[in-house]
Amino acid sequence: MLDVDVRKRLGRTALDIRFESAGGVTALFGRSGAGKTSTVQMIAGLLSPDAGRIAVGGRVLFDSDTGIDIAAPQRRVGVVFQEGRLFPHLTVRRNLLYAKAAGSNGRYGGVVGMLGLEALLERKPASLSGGEQQRVAIGRALLSEPDILLMDEPLASLDAARKAEILPYIERLRDEAGLPVVYVSHQIDEVARLADRVVLLSDGTVAATGSVDEVFTRPDLMPLTGRFQAGAVLGARVAEQDAAGAMSRLAIPGGSLWVPSVPLPVGSTIRVRIRARDVSVALEKPERVSIRNILPGAVRSVTESDGPFRTVAIAVADETGESLVAATVTANAVRDLALEPGVAVFALIKSVAMDRRSMALPPRDEIVT
Amino acid sequence: MLSEAETDALLLSLKVSFWSLLIALPVAVALGWVLARKDFRGKLLVNAFLTLPLVLPPVVTGFVLLILFGSQGWIGGWLKAWFGIEIAFRWTGAAVAAGVMAFPLIVRPIRLSFEAVDPRLEQAAATLGAGRWRRFATIALPLAMPGVLAGAVLGFAKALGEFGATITLVSNIPGETQTLALAVYALLQVPGEESAVFRLTLIAIAISVLAVVASEILARRARRGLSATERAGDA
Repeated sequence: MLDVDVRKRLGRTALDIRFESAGGVTALFGRSGAGKTSTVQMIAGLLSPDAGRIAVGGRVLFDSDTGIDIAAPQRRVGVVFQEGRLFPHLTVRRNLLYAKAAGSNGRYGGVVGMLGLEALLERKPASLSGGEQQRVAIGRALLSEPDILLMDEPLASLDAARKAEILPYIERLRDEAGLPVVYVSHQIDEVARLADRVVLLSDGTVAATGSVDEVFTRPDLMPLTGRFQAGAVLGARVAEQDAAGAMSRLAIPGGSLWVPSVPLPVGSTIRVRIRARDVSVALEKPERVSIRNILPGAVRSVTESDGPFRTVAIAVADETGESLVAATVTANAVRDLALEPGVAVFALIKSVAMDRRSMALPPRDEIVT
Repeated sequence: MLSEAETDALLLSLKVSFWSLLIALPVAVALGWVLARKDFRGKLLVNAFLTLPLVLPPVVTGFVLLILFGSQGWIGGWLKAWFGIEIAFRWTGAAVAAGVMAFPLIVRPIRLSFEAVDPRLEQAAATLGAGRWRRFATIALPLAMPGVLAGAVLGFAKALGEFGATITLVSNIPGETQTLALAVYALLQVPGEESAVFRLTLIAIAISVLAVVASEILARRARRGLSATERAGDA
């Protein structure tokens, strides 16, 4: 669907980006300066690569070998920018209808409905909240009938409440519009909630690609995914509802987790993110402790992290399978407990650490154990 | 209340200013956009050249124009041969002089307002399929409109009051090249015409004040258009 293989020198950084996407939502993830936005601009035709090739759905947009470089207006690549970039002198309606294709393709009503824009149509962008502006920007890009949609940190300038307001719309877009999306972000929770696959960028190159669960759970990548954000992303199934305690039990490969009530029927699949800093490690099974989730497992690896911290990857296993959980602990704890690969441990996970934001319905066709 | 000669001078002034603006404004919009958006060799030189009419003595500018636009001059000869337009000692020459003198004042606010338009908006328009001209016409130009209006009004006022270059290029011929400013000057040479001088002076002041107020109102309306809800009738 999307093939990117480009090189570009920008000041001191040399970008060398190669990845493919088969459709669905592909996250471009990395710290600022990793080359995420430049990659988006090169796909959109706003920045010219020094060399390489870009193709969307078999249509070559750029190829330095054959001299192809289709101009941005002809690329049919929709972009939602971090700052919205709505045209300030036009009403919401005229922003939405800006693209020539927008008025005639019969999708206007559907897009307005899907993004909840009915009440905003006659207003000017300056009178909208940040979240409303981004919804309009998404609608405007959709109505230009793109072959692919690029979203460049669309939530980065919004506060947590606005993010929570707009995420469901992006989920609907993913599930209803059937459009391939490249989603740029440096927030693991957004990526875990929205994306199928992750392309992890670091210093201008692709450090890893894979499914969300794989990439974020790989301990060797945690220095790149970030200590405070690091953690495992696991596919889970709602196994039991405890209405009285307002808790739900999630079955994960290798164990189960009690989390605050998930409003889904038993059997539903869900994706849960366990942040490494919410996981503690014990050598013996603690008794009489408030922590609800005590999972037996074995240390898989201990990774250097910044300062006094270490990331311990723990393989949690039983007859249902195995999951990798990450724990951030101090170097002193690693020394005192003599944590090293193979040591049998218990991973302690606080139920209260898992709120609504760390759980999401996975993309449609993902198969979960 | 105005004598025929005074009315002629007033109407001529308006005609000269109108035509000078009509020719100068599109050129100024194009040049203002280029200066705001493009980097090219010799940009500094173009800028310096643009400022010349502001800093040269108007008589000198008028003399240079006479060399260029006289019937033997490069441009003047060409205009006469191809379009039959005569510049020297005609009202058209007054329009040329006024336009050239006003040009720097027209370009400056236009250039500044193009510089203030966020180029990222035009990028966004490009990703929506808008080509170069559509981006200019629907994004850059409307957003720069307050500056274009300011430039137009400033240029009109300047053209109305142009004196030195005009008298050098086209002399002071009543009914053909004698604009308001030249008429005031001519009347001042004649003893006992003070009342006529006063009348024309008041008219000049009134037109200038009107122009400036009109530009303020237009600019305010343009600014408001960017922030507030569009009125129901406009939608």
